[in-house]
Amino acid sequence: MDFFDRFAIPHASPAIYASMVAIVLTSVAIVAGLTYFKKWGYLWREWLTTVDHKRIGIMYLLSALLMLFRGGVDAIMMRAQLAAPESKLLDAQHYNEIFTTHGVVMILFMAMPFIIGFMNFVVPLQIGARDVAFPRLNAISFWLFFMGAMLFNISFVVGGSPDAGWTSYFPLAGNEFSESVGTNYYMIAIQIAGIGTLMTGINFMTTILKMRAPGMTLMKMPMFTWSSLITNAIIVFAFPVLTVLLAMGTMDRLFGTQFFTTENGGMDMLWANFFWVWGHPEVYILILPAFGIYSQVISTFARRNLYGYKSMVWSMVIISLLSFLVWVHHFFTMGQGALANSIFSITTMAIAVPTGVKIFNWLLTLWKGKIVITTPMLYSMLFIPLFTIGGVTGVMLGMSAADYQYHNTMFLVAHFHMVIIPGVVFAMLAGLTFYWPKMFGFMLNERIGKLTAWIIAISTLVAFMPMFFTGLDGQARRMYTYSEATGFGPLNMISFVGALGLAAGFVLLVYNVYYSTRYASRDISADPWDARTLEWATHTPVPSYNFAVEPQVSSEEPLWDAKKNGHELFKGEYKEIHMPNNSGVPFIMSSIFFVWGFSFVFSLWIPLILATIGIFACMTHRSFEKDHGHHISVKEIEETEEKLRGA
Amino acid sequence: MKFKWPVLSVLFVIATVLAGCDNRLLVLDPKGPQAATQAKDIMLSIGIMSFIVIAVFALLAFMLTKYRASKQPKDYEPPHIEGNAIVEAICVGIPILIVAYLSFVSVQSNYKVEARPEGYGDKEPLVVYASSSNWKWHFSYPEEGIETVNYLYIPTDRPLEFKLYSYGPITSFWIPQLGGQKYAMSDMVTTLHLAADEPGEYMGRNANFSGKGFAENTFDVTAMPQDEFDDWVKEVKKTAKPLTEEKFNDLLEPGHLGKSTYTGTHLDFSPAPEGHHHGSSDESGKSNEHSEHDSMDDMHSEHESMQH
Ligand code: HEM
Ligand SMILES: [Cu+2]
Repeated sequence: MDFFDRFAIPHASPAIYASMVAIVLTSVAIVAGLTYFKKWGYLWREWLTTVDHKRIGIMYLLSALLMLFRGGVDAIMMRAQLAAPESKLLDAQHYNEIFTTHGVVMILFMAMPFIIGFMNFVVPLQIGARDVAFPRLNAISFWLFFMGAMLFNISFVVGGSPDAGWTSYFPLAGNEFSESVGTNYYMIAIQIAGIGTLMTGINFMTTILKMRAPGMTLMKMPMFTWSSLITNAIIVFAFPVLTVLLAMGTMDRLFGTQFFTTENGGMDMLWANFFWVWGHPEVYILILPAFGIYSQVISTFARRNLYGYKSMVWSMVIISLLSFLVWVHHFFTMGQGALANSIFSITTMAIAVPTGVKIFNWLLTLWKGKIVITTPMLYSMLFIPLFTIGGVTGVMLGMSAADYQYHNTMFLVAHFHMVIIPGVVFAMLAGLTFYWPKMFGFMLNERIGKLTAWIIAISTLVAFMPMFFTGLDGQARRMYTYSEATGFGPLNMISFVGALGLAAGFVLLVYNVYYSTRYASRDISADPWDARTLEWATHTPVPSYNFAVEPQVSSEEPLWDAKKNGHELFKGEYKEIHMPNNSGVPFIMSSIFFVWGFSFVFSLWIPLILATIGIFACMTHRSFEKDHGHHISVKEIEETEEKLRGA
Repeated sequence: MKFKWPVLSVLFVIATVLAGCDNRLLVLDPKGPQAATQAKDIMLSIGIMSFIVIAVFALLAFMLTKYRASKQPKDYEPPHIEGNAIVEAICVGIPILIVAYLSFVSVQSNYKVEARPEGYGDKEPLVVYASSSNWKWHFSYPEEGIETVNYLYIPTDRPLEFKLYSYGPITSFWIPQLGGQKYAMSDMVTTLHLAADEPGEYMGRNANFSGKGFAENTFDVTAMPQDEFDDWVKEVKKTAKPLTEEKFNDLLEPGHLGKSTYTGTHLDFSPAPEGHHHGSSDESGKSNEHSEHDSMDDMHSEHESMQH
């Protein structure tokens, strides 16, 4: 029995037992459903083994929505606990686990797959390519991310969740103060997902640099592609830091090294530094693709070209460089003295300049435009004012002396939610609505969509504006409760109402998907928004080879040129197309990674060794495999094109 | 004109909130020079930033009302505009000026908050060693030769120099009305310069998450004139028990305690990690021995709560 004790939850509660039952029931229902409808083959052939960037993109987006739900449930529980003073809904330990998983899930398993999902679906189409540079690597990236996310998510029913914050500062996260396996999950699950992300970075940099359609020079790339290129460059430089950091943390916890401990020369400050050397660039990894989406959406619905294309590109380049030079602003209060703080205070505030340039460029894109407010445009127009509030409070936090008062308070929490939600989440919802017809062949309902956007925007303000005030009034973050005497009660109650509003917005979003799936017209054109870039130049649904003939590009808005200036996009005859084969290996190898990670978390060394051998076996198989892909004949292309044109 | 809504709801929320709390947010109600410097910077940056927010809101409202498709002729074709050097120079120039000014202020304030506060004649600072352990604060007054747990008495009108370190996770020593926070860590000592201008009771707490007992990891601060402070020190010396090593190890055990007072300080037998760096630690193992405890509630009763 001793062996099984380790899998028990250290401090179980009825909610956790209920979740266990729910998880088991859902899994049984899924397996039974797949068997009953004979869908196993379909699932395997069309999804689990696919190397098609569009399908991988869609799987990323679905996972992101699922994780948004998980992170959102965490958020509601936290806000419910804090809604009234001395509330007994959650105890300290549960609260600590919940805000830790909320942070990790939202940043790494919700926002990251969301942006990577869009990159997958959009970038190859936007540059006129047939797929990404390394399609099978792309499948591995996705499945590693997915298995990492699943591993992290089972922590709360098997063995206990991490409880040292998403920042996981040592020595708190060390064995001495975090005895459960929770923090092992943190180290290993993020490691597995992070390796996937690193490979995405390499893959997309190569794709964008090498596979653009003829005529598309760097300065003619659509803005979303530019933002993806820069983001992936940041990934390639930032993620190795995380990889090393997590490896060191794992060794401290499992192999008795002393990198971050309180004794024997360990240095807790090293963790904080490394973490934010990755962590700050990470927030720009999230926001830059979001900026890219806003650029596409705003220019489409202002019916105008993007204002200041060059300054948009340069501001992103500068942001990406500066993002590596500001990490100390996350701990101005560590005692490094006035000089160091002054330097990092200046670099931090400097980032506001290129960011401001982007805001003004969007505003000037509206100028002399012909603005149509669709759902994606509504999100973008709500983004500008809300994100400005988040951005200027960031500048306030950058004033290092004043930051001694903001740090670790709800003011900070308000700031980063006011940038992440309007910045990233709105962009993702805008992008989802915008690209939905390309992905699924019908549009989401506009009325429900706009209502959702308004509810989410207003709720964001109601949930997070009060925190600026409680923060200045001395409410520290991560406190699971506060006394009545502090007077924080009413404002926290307002925040709770806002959180409920956000939940309502999410429900409405899901309802819209259901409603539109049932009732929306399937008879839409390939370009329903009257857009400007190549992804709208191919059919809906997009054929597996994307473009039957390679498109010719002569400006940053090739489709618009074709529509307005008689630019000829598709010159030439159909030719045989070479496409990569599906493969089950990425899925199988990543599943073995899951077992590997699980064994690591619980120090089960024999399964760990077996899984390691399995992973190497998969890689060896790949090395000796002869797979030259397949060819789509001209006749097949003709048939497909005929059918799609007819449809 | 539904785009006025975001603006209106922001204003509404701000107005309700300000009306609700009488403008007496702790951080904006400073009782010492460092907190005053910080409050001044905060108000200044709020002022400048509201200007930016209003400018962006106004521009957005203007564009959205003027250039809506519904307000334009059907056949209107928006022009192709590349960008304009002068307009873009303004968009870069104004933010640069603002950031340059804020940087100037920020650097000045950094040197202020990192130095002994000025304006207290040539008064010697009172040095207090403030160390945290899960989830308590220990205040050692080496000159006076006394130590308190979970409460802090300080004289007004005299610079205070806090030497911060931790027996365990990173914590952050924070008394909002006297000045911003600073970390306390196990492998080095950090210094926080504060001063209190007015007698009074202030809230102090650990601001950095440090585990299960974090929310209650607070301490009370009482500022009083120097002569009252001296009386208190004398009183403590007469009535309090000495702090032995054994007693101190007891105090370090994880849990919550009430307030207590001792003569002597722990610095004699468990010195602060000053000078020597990270690790070559003399107190290694101490916190290890006690990591078994997790029932915080029993702890309360176990220790006599020797109120001053
Ligand atoms: C439903 C909307 C949301 C609500 C009500 C909410 C609420 C909260 C609360 C109450 C906290 C913890 C405060 C504390 O430390 O006591 C928090 C922390 C955090 N939230 Fe959210 N949140 C929401 C959405 C998001 C989203 C969309 C993201 C990211 C994309 C996000 C990222 C984070 C992060 C990174 C932390 C810090 C976690 C930590 O410090 O360990 N949140 N949020
Ligand atoms: Cu940062």
